[in-house]
Amino acid sequence: MAGAIAIKGRTLVEKIAAKASGRADARAGDLVTAEVDLCFAHDSSGPRRWAPMLAELGRGLWDPSKVVIASDHYVPAVDAESAAILSLTRRFAADHRVGHFYDMEGIGHMLLAERGLVRPGMLVAGGDSHTPMAGAFGAYAAGYGASDMAAIAATGRTWLQVPATIRIEWHGNLGHGVTAKDMMLFLCRKLGMDNAFRAVEFAGPTVEAMSMPERLVLTNMAAELGAETGVIAPDGVTFSWLRNAGAAVADKAEARAWASDPDADYEAIHRFDAGALEPMIALPHSPANSVPVGEAHGRAIDQAYIGACVGAKLEDLHMAARVLADQRIASGVRLLVAPASSRVTQAAAEDGTLATLMAAGATLMPSGCGACAGMGAGLLADGEVCISTTNRNFKGRMGHAGAEVYLGSPYSVAAAAVAGRIVDPRGYLGQRRAAA
Amino acid sequence: MTGRAFVFGDQIDTDLLAPGHLMKLDPDALASHCLEAIDPSFASSAREGDFVVAGVNFGLGSSREQAAISLKRLGIQAVIAKSFARIFWRNAINLGLPAITLAEAGEIAAGDRLSLDLAAGSMTNQTTARTFRFAPFPDHLTAMMRDGGLIAHLKRRSTDAQPETGAAA
Repeated sequence: MAGAIAIKGRTLVEKIAAKASGRADARAGDLVTAEVDLCFAHDSSGPRRWAPMLAELGRGLWDPSKVVIASDHYVPAVDAESAAILSLTRRFAADHRVGHFYDMEGIGHMLLAERGLVRPGMLVAGGDSHTPMAGAFGAYAAGYGASDMAAIAATGRTWLQVPATIRIEWHGNLGHGVTAKDMMLFLCRKLGMDNAFRAVEFAGPTVEAMSMPERLVLTNMAAELGAETGVIAPDGVTFSWLRNAGAAVADKAEARAWASDPDADYEAIHRFDAGALEPMIALPHSPANSVPVGEAHGRAIDQAYIGACVGAKLEDLHMAARVLADQRIASGVRLLVAPASSRVTQAAAEDGTLATLMAAGATLMPSGCGACAGMGAGLLADGEVCISTTNRNFKGRMGHAGAEVYLGSPYSVAAAAVAGRIVDPRGYLGQRRAAA
Repeated sequence: MTGRAFVFGDQIDTDLLAPGHLMKLDPDALASHCLEAIDPSFASSAREGDFVVAGVNFGLGSSREQAAISLKRLGIQAVIAKSFARIFWRNAINLGLPAITLAEAGEIAAGDRLSLDLAAGSMTNQTTARTFRFAPFPDHLTAMMRDGGLIAHLKRRSTDAQPETGAAA
């Protein structure tokens, strides 16, 4: 057994890979066959694609209690085709007794976090590229396409090559009006988007001081770095969130062991100063085209979009409300707000946030992936310009290929909605909302 | 079988390969829009056996398997790139569409005639009479592609096993 000899420390993903593959040790580069703890997909990537493959294999779900399906891409149906996809998804969930089926209750990644379904040490396989978001709970959460996911749904297993880990440490305090989103847009430029077959680990005092919703932004956009997963070691913030989600961690010492050892072998360690970071804006058509907001200043916009797994949590709406309180959006600009889940909408209604946004002229949209993935409402025409809290701005993603999408934090998007053009949000942070 | 090279640049994303707003379409209809935002004639000119050649991080973005399905429907024999995004790479080989990492991909010009020997790990540019070697796929993936992709592999082996890595599970 490896425990009998002195061995070099392990990264968090190496520990999870070892547990999932039933090995004493698994190291970066090892090819292993792993057991999946949680299997997730949505209406676009899941049942509509799985059903024919499962039929071909003559198989059902390996363990319905470990399967999560969220209808979030085509919701609510806008035509007969999207209605048929949603109908098929409902039938599949019922026929296969899917353990966790969420029909138009929000974006799947948000629901995994909100419902306390992800635990430290889990191997999570998701039929969506932003599955790494769940890694904020100390899980190894990776995205897969439909054939891999159908095979996982049928067998509970997959092969993986244990990724090397890049450690990204943040030190210092984020400035006023600077957020996790700005950190990630900065990293997309700094580290590039082609870190495939690697894991990224977010650490350091800045990350330790962050709320769970802000940590979820970091691991969500690990996908934009090209990483297989993004991880954050679980701590008191994690346990507090899980307790509030009704999924309290009983053995916290065990849970805290799902962290990289101090002498773990990293592919690289990067250290950044959070205090030096400015609000960042990604120019079209890539998150890696990010610049400090001053370099995008003055760009006129047609639409401001607050939505998606990464950018429409309750805290994101609070940021927007802080800018929009007692303000009106600029004439000719439309501000669309699609909260990440129905619980987020409800909480924002209860605490007065929605009233603030509506008074400023926002349009409330259904909870779902919406315009971000180009499948829901709020798409763009040729030549239109949008600034968005979402995580990707690839050409043609949010409608016409001739549209331009800028990415920014909820502060930056709300400030642009007020000004009618991209501005430094730090000049728009008014008094904190009065508590409801 | 030789085919022509269609050459693209770096960071070709899945929204270019399979636009989100068209994802409801059936696979052939969706494939007809593949890469149209940067090359409107690609989908109509690609023929059975042709190649897509690109730079770094090919297929970044969404997990949508339709990005790889579209290329396969258009008859693309293989994608050759300097590097691949992870999910696209898995999707492609799961469909039996070889995704080949080749540092010298930039030396292939549009219209060059290429031929591929997957088992030997070599690709020949017949136009320039140059042969390039690439790292062979791991055995478990070679076996999977030989079976015609992941689902065909599982069906044929009719076991619980995913492509076995040889490691205990």
